[in-house]
Amino acid sequence: MDVDCEVSAAAATAVTNGLGGGEQAAAAPVSADQLDVEAYAAQYSGRTRVARLLFIAERCGVEAIQLEALRMAHDEARAREDTVLYLDAVLKINGRLGPRYRHDQAWVDSVNRRAEQRKEKLETELNGYRTNLIKESIRMGYNDIGDFFYAHGHLSEAFKSYIRTRDYCTTSKHIVQMCMHVILVSIELGQFAHVTNYVSKAEQTPDTLDAVIVAKLRAAAGLANLETKKYKLAARKFLETGPELGSNYSEVIAPQDVAVYGALCALASFDRSELKSKVIDNINFRNFLELVPEVRELVNDFYASRYGSCLEHLEKLKPNLLLDIHLREHLGTLYNDIRHKAIIQYTLPFISVDLNTMASAFKSSVSMLEKELAALITENKIQARIDSHNKILYARHADQRNATFQRALQTGNEFERDIKAMLLRANLIKHDFNQKNWPGQRKMNL
Amino acid sequence: MESVEALVAHIQGLSGSPDELAQLHGLLKQADGDALRVHSAGLLPFLSHLHPGAHSLGYLYLLDSFVSSSANLRAHAGGDLLVTVADFLTSCSADQIRMAPDKFLNVCRVLKNEVMQLNAPIRGIAPLRAAVRKIQTSSEQLTPLHAEYLMLCLLAKQYKAGLSVLEDDIFEVDQPKDLFLYCYYGAMIYIGLKKFRKALELLHNAVTAPMSSLNAITVEAYKKYVLVSLIQSGQVPSFPKYTSSTAQRNLKNHTQIYVDLSTCYGTGSYSDLETFIQSNAEAFQTDNNFGLVKQVLSSMYKRNIQRLTQTYLTLSLEDIASSVQLNTPKEAEMHVLRMIEDGEIHATINQKDGMVSFNEDPEQYKSSEMVEHIDSSIQRLMALSKKLTSIDQNISCDHAFLMKVQSGRERARFDYDDFDSVPHKYF
Repeated sequence: MDVDCEVSAAAATAVTNGLGGGEQAAAAPVSADQLDVEAYAAQYSGRTRVARLLFIAERCGVEAIQLEALRMAHDEARAREDTVLYLDAVLKINGRLGPRYRHDQAWVDSVNRRAEQRKEKLETELNGYRTNLIKESIRMGYNDIGDFFYAHGHLSEAFKSYIRTRDYCTTSKHIVQMCMHVILVSIELGQFAHVTNYVSKAEQTPDTLDAVIVAKLRAAAGLANLETKKYKLAARKFLETGPELGSNYSEVIAPQDVAVYGALCALASFDRSELKSKVIDNINFRNFLELVPEVRELVNDFYASRYGSCLEHLEKLKPNLLLDIHLREHLGTLYNDIRHKAIIQYTLPFISVDLNTMASAFKSSVSMLEKELAALITENKIQARIDSHNKILYARHADQRNATFQRALQTGNEFERDIKAMLLRANLIKHDFNQKNWPGQRKMNL
Repeated sequence: MESVEALVAHIQGLSGSPDELAQLHGLLKQADGDALRVHSAGLLPFLSHLHPGAHSLGYLYLLDSFVSSSANLRAHAGGDLLVTVADFLTSCSADQIRMAPDKFLNVCRVLKNEVMQLNAPIRGIAPLRAAVRKIQTSSEQLTPLHAEYLMLCLLAKQYKAGLSVLEDDIFEVDQPKDLFLYCYYGAMIYIGLKKFRKALELLHNAVTAPMSSLNAITVEAYKKYVLVSLIQSGQVPSFPKYTSSTAQRNLKNHTQIYVDLSTCYGTGSYSDLETFIQSNAEAFQTDNNFGLVKQVLSSMYKRNIQRLTQTYLTLSLEDIASSVQLNTPKEAEMHVLRMIEDGEIHATINQKDGMVSFNEDPEQYKSSEMVEHIDSSIQRLMALSKKLTSIDQNISCDHAFLMKVQSGRERARFDYDDFDSVPHKYF
């Protein structure tokens, strides 16, 4: 087993190396130094690379990085003949990169003209197939149109075309292909409900799937769950992602991302034993973690209760993670959850905790820590009470016996109250009935 | 005049056995109306020939026709008449007056109006309490007098006197209006005594009682229900599913500012709540609920302090003041002190360094009082369970119910759920 694992780990690294980014690429998204845009971009291919570069340009405060990102986005978009993204990039560059990066309307027009011609050609072809009713050709036709729209940045049209191929799928391989296309476009569109849908569709196909496909599906599902704030599910999916993923899915996600997303979601949502069994002892996932040593350290620190250094690592990673197109929205929540988890775990084994020591462990002031603890106690996440005078936290062990007595009496009272109210209502209903049918029967008249 | 004398003689002669009483009742019914009414003004002296306890039925008829005329009331306003009626109510025989309940109720109502006019509601309390007991066939029965009695208690501010009636559980009701009034006044008495839990039960009954059209009493009851819920538990429970659809649909529309108040309370901010109340003070005052609204406001402090006891073992008065938005530690100390005295929190204040230590509930459930208390609860619940089973059997044998179940028509009206929904939760 061990040999296997090492081999696959080596394979995964080799794959990344082959991609061109080399060692730098592996460390790029999480290094505490300023982001190396080129290395970062090298991890991705296709449309997402441009989208990510634009995202970085938008969020990054440093102008040098911003311009660098924009320059690359511009070149990439131009090479891909994606006029939508090209215009976006040009608009953002706003002439800051010299004449070469000015708005080139002539180029846009020519590209658009060519695209129009190609589109017409594809459509006539498709119409031909449709009149001949050849299923496979129709499917191919729609796929081509979808590819065409996708390449030119018309995502919702691409989505529609890919969906249409569904009726012409004859084998499960076609279905999987269709699903993969739809998933890809939906991720770009930000329609994560579709992603989950089509992932499960693809997984339901009867034939056994290729390991790479399975890994891709897991990663996509994880992404979808992350975006819909189901962090625990997301963590599970990322952890299940096989090492076969490598850089095969670079149009969506890099293996480093799987490591970062999976680790953060797991830290935020798993308990200690789950963390051990599903993250640290998970051979598959260890391969991913090897790609980002900081994150691996962080998980180990957390598990080994070195919360201070864990939180420090997290803080260091933060600026770069904030530039991640998928993680940015969720980083705050995840960081908060992780911090709370750490605080909870810190207090768990103790009967009493000195707040001063704890505050230094968490690199925070005593009063801030006290507030955090108070909030957690109010939410019933920590069973403890704070001695604010001596700055000590005391664990509180619920007295089962008293609580049971209390609950029994309360339930009794509630029962009594409800039954009485119910009998009264029943009698009222009965009375109403009587009054309607036998008005003479009332005992007292007013 | 002769006929009245003859009647009095009959009354004197025929007030013994049940048979005689039945005969007398017949005679009185004949005489009632014109015959007595004509002479009504002169009836008062005859009453002295009769004994209110022994000749209750006849006494009642004469008294009733006397007080039915407003001229008589004016002539004898105050003074003796009140005493006569009060005497009669306390000493009359329950068996006899139950033969003519409407007459009896009428007399009671006149008594109530008289004491109200005299602005001395306290004078009516004792006679009416006796009257309630006399006319009740069982302690579970609600009579129209209940509401009148409770109202007098409220007006006289004799809340404790009201308890003697309220402590009996009511199951049998003849007039829905009586129930609504009973619940409303009863709840106000409990509110006056600060027994909010009991008040809430009564208001709950008023709000959830079956009704086909909304009435003003329910609307007022719901307003108080919202306020008392906030004071008692800090939140307003949503309508249980057995609440009539009329109430569910319409109540909130009629009590919008109270609903807003509870939303505002939910945010937990004292200053927001205070501003909200100030800007709507007039509306609350018109509803005569301003006092309760103020209590809602101060309950916010209590709730926040109680929350602190869950979180802290010790906390300085200053920190308490700042976290519950009180101005000075001194005020915080007052609030904490009052809550300790009321048994709402268990804590000690150390005045030297301004620290409050919160303790756990010292109740160990070991004392004999506690055991007795638990035992009595168990006994009560067992009795209730037995009653429930017998009612359940009765209902399952009830002809009308079986017909309904069989035909399945109009199920909403006689839905089995209405009888069944609550206990399932517990079994």
